[in-house]
Amino acid sequence: MTKITFIQPDGESQTVEAENGLTVMEAAKLNDVPGIEAECGGACACATCHVYVDESWREKTGKPSEMEEDMLDFAFDVREESRLSCQIKISDALDGLVVRVPAKQF
Amino acid sequence: MNVTTAAPDAPKSSEMIETDAIVIGAGPCGLFAVFELGLLDMKAHVVDILDRPGGQCTELYPEKPIYDVPALPTVTGQELTDRLMEQIKPFGPQFHFNERIDTLSRQADGRFRLTTDGGSEFLAKVVVIAAGGGSFTPKRPPLAGIETYEGKSVFYSVRKIESMRGKDVVIVGGGDSALDWTLNLAHVAKSLTLVHRRDEFRAAPHSVEKMRALVEEASVRLMIGQVTELEGANGELSAVLIKTANGSERVPCNAMLPFFGLTMKLGPVADWGLNLHENLIKVDTERFETSEKGIFAIGDINWYPGKLKLILSGFHEAALMAQAAHRIVYPDKKLMFQYTTSSSSLQKKLGVK
Repeated sequence: MTKITFIQPDGESQTVEAENGLTVMEAAKLNDVPGIEAECGGACACATCHVYVDESWREKTGKPSEMEEDMLDFAFDVREESRLSCQIKISDALDGLVVRVPAKQF
Repeated sequence: MNVTTAAPDAPKSSEMIETDAIVIGAGPCGLFAVFELGLLDMKAHVVDILDRPGGQCTELYPEKPIYDVPALPTVTGQELTDRLMEQIKPFGPQFHFNERIDTLSRQADGRFRLTTDGGSEFLAKVVVIAAGGGSFTPKRPPLAGIETYEGKSVFYSVRKIESMRGKDVVIVGGGDSALDWTLNLAHVAKSLTLVHRRDEFRAAPHSVEKMRALVEEASVRLMIGQVTELEGANGELSAVLIKTANGSERVPCNAMLPFFGLTMKLGPVADWGLNLHENLIKVDTERFETSEKGIFAIGDINWYPGKLKLILSGFHEAALMAQAAHRIVYPDKKLMFQYTTSSSSLQKKLGVK
């Protein structure tokens, strides 16, 4: 099991354990992490599972694909560290991953 | 409008379309409803806010394979839609695209009168709500107070180019809508600023090229950044705050066009007086009928204990709905259960015999 920490805009943090192979979005949904809506169910067809990847983890999570970049156009307050959590696959390499939930998904 | 209030029969106009069933939503469940209704001799008109059939399947994931449609080990959203369209052809459904059903009321004779935002009117014996996640509507950027400007100085679509003449226009987005309107309005608006979060655009390459040329000749200003605040009063914008890599800039503006794609909202369905469960329509599992007799709900939009939002569940719901609808449309006819494999009458309807 891999540990992932979600930090809410108010600073509240929640660490969940997830199986490798799942996506960060799925880990959030399975553990009822607030603020991850995932309206499209993980098809990379909306932008409502937007997260900010903690600086120290950006290299390991990698850059968004072209399709993900296109979808990020539909998110709000997109930053350098923005990713769609449905596009980050969980593996041992991401054990301890920290992501921030944006103030709003839209 | 509440469906429980019996309205007097509406005056018949030549534009009033009379039919057995109105299907709201042309997604997979709405399309299959046409098939099940058709097998039982009920004619359907289908209304959808999008410009083509398929609903989420074609709007959100036309290229994505679906693996859990029975007998189709893998099928894309587009292919599933195309196959359903082929399957319902014998029943000649009539489609009303780019329209949304806004009002629904029950008439004294028990039929339903429905009107669309496009001015169409229907009289139907039964209504099948197959609206999926709701109707697709433009995404509203989460900017404080934006709703007070909508329709006055914030627009999600432009009906008349002339309405933008002489205005300081800010367009937000990087897709085809944003770019098309940038090209269309560059020489109409007093000033035009295109705001996009990155210097790459999803829009068609030739539109992007044209836009860059307009930027070059200073007809359009391109800002890489994001709108963070709106300023104005009484619905009229006076400026927007744009955050860029170099800090925040206040850009005077009296019309903003945000293009952030579409989202799904329950929409007018919420006002029809149907019992809801967390924004979904409650139905029974024998007829998939709502709290109003004659109004059915199938597919992702309904809820019952054990509900699964799967296309295959919606197909089952459509079949049972049609049985119940038959009792309303043909109260005096006895319904005999038949198989398409052996019934010559069903095969005749399908045009295979």
